Amino acid sequence: MPIAAHLPASAGVGFKPEHAAAILAAAQPIGFFEVHAENYMGAGGPPHAQLTALRERYALSVHGVGLSIGSTGPLDRAHLTRLRQLCDRYAPASFSEHLAWSSHDGVYFNDLLPLPYTGQTLARVAEHVDEVQTALGRQMLLENPSTYLDFAESTIAEVDFLAEISRRTGCGLLLDINNVFVSATNHGTSAMDYLDRFPLHRVAEIHLGGHDADTGDAGEPLLIDSHRVAVADEVWALYREVIARTGALPTLIEWDNDVPDWPVLRAEAVAAQRILSGAARASAA
Amino acid sequence: MPATFETSFAKALLGAEATFPPGIAAHTGAVPARRFAVYRNNVMASLGAALAQRHPVIERLVGGEFLAAMARQFVMQHPPRSPLLAQYGEEFADFIAAFEPARELPYLADIARLEAARTRAYHAEDATPLGGDGFAALDAETLGDIRLQLHPSAAILRSPFPIVTIWAMNSGELELQPIETGQGEDALVVRPHLDVEIRALPPGGAAFLQSLAGGRPLRDAIGAALADHAGFDLTGNLAGLIGSGVVRAILSPAERTP
Repeated sequence: MPIAAHLPASAGVGFKPEHAAAILAAAQPIGFFEVHAENYMGAGGPPHAQLTALRERYALSVHGVGLSIGSTGPLDRAHLTRLRQLCDRYAPASFSEHLAWSSHDGVYFNDLLPLPYTGQTLARVAEHVDEVQTALGRQMLLENPSTYLDFAESTIAEVDFLAEISRRTGCGLLLDINNVFVSATNHGTSAMDYLDRFPLHRVAEIHLGGHDADTGDAGEPLLIDSHRVAVADEVWALYREVIARTGALPTLIEWDNDVPDWPVLRAEAVAAQRILSGAARASAA
Repeated sequence: MPATFETSFAKALLGAEATFPPGIAAHTGAVPARRFAVYRNNVMASLGAALAQRHPVIERLVGGEFLAAMARQFVMQHPPRSPLLAQYGEEFADFIAAFEPARELPYLADIARLEAARTRAYHAEDATPLGGDGFAALDAETLGDIRLQLHPSAAILRSPFPIVTIWAMNSGELELQPIETGQGEDALVVRPHLDVEIRALPPGGAAFLQSLAGGRPLRDAIGAALADHAGFDLTGNLAGLIGSGVVRAILSPAERTP
């Protein structure tokens, strides 16, 4: 399955309803907007009115947070059907989900929970990705997680796990560079090593978000993927490095909690766009 | 397929504070209790935030800290069964009614019912309400036989407490002032267009609308309203029907509401 990078290779923003009026009041220097699928699964009302207006003006990325692709149990068929209906209705340029689980035995935890990386979980996740792509009739992107702990039973490195899922299923990858930095810090590894090994040719979208600092059980740094602050300098530096290697890629700024006024968020996207435009000029030269 | 890591992880997420599942590790070699607690806190905080988002007036009435503590108990007893969090908390009102620390505020459960109805209306199917013109053509001869299809967003709530006034005073719609909490109010929740509207129904109005919502002809609905309250004012209630946008369609006597 070829990589279907239909999103424009420019900077996008995660859409927040509180910004709807400001965004729709004038043309924005934004290449695309991304929404969380689960927020648009009601029958009607303001969410659909806003998304319809947004979709008329901008490219759209639908990002699922509740499918629980990393679950050992079966995917929720009813949820898959809802995703299919949403994609049919809005014809987004991209659909993405996470390498994580969020439901178990019928309970939904509303968090992206970690899984051990083993041959068994690899086979299961690949099956689930196949099932999603078949149900939606389109390629999906799978996002690398931010994690706070390891599993003793893991036998496969996360980059290799993702590369193999992408190879087996043909799915694209969504590279969240903040997640790379958060996880590397939390596991005492190098973000740059991770990126060196990452199958960048499979990446169809990049996420950039903010994190908070905490400490672990031995007083070591523990970063929290909070999406409630600006993108950190270290993450911007990694992003520049990735874009220098890949060329321009669709890049999303995520800011989901303590959401700032629209101009603050827009400025983050403009900063990403400057890096993307620089890469485009360099490759044209 | 054995689900060992997931089963124990899931159990510990909703379990007692200090528990964490076996098989988790950290590069430091230390027992990763704090690391696991990040996940537990994410789950509790995000689900508490979902409940707070759905119940802003409850939060205003009891404060964020009280709501968070109440939500934590609720989440452990009633974790979500679906990733559609806009629907999460349907049992919250019943939980509040039985929640001992909230006993001083006996109207709290009905406020939660009103706020839950409000978000249901917010996400309900869109439909154009019937305007005044739709009623103008009615034939007085057969008026008693007509049935009304109510708007898909419509909900009727009856309460022994002044829930509409309390709601309005705590959502910025009305100025705060002392009220008589023994004065019950019935609420109509409806979203004729994009904004959810909450209004107090006149005497008998709730019985009238509930009868219509049940597919009864207008004649029966009037009877039900009068039985509920002898002072039921038909003219005023019909004007309210039209003005609130709560009617989607008039069904001829032969038709039944779907």
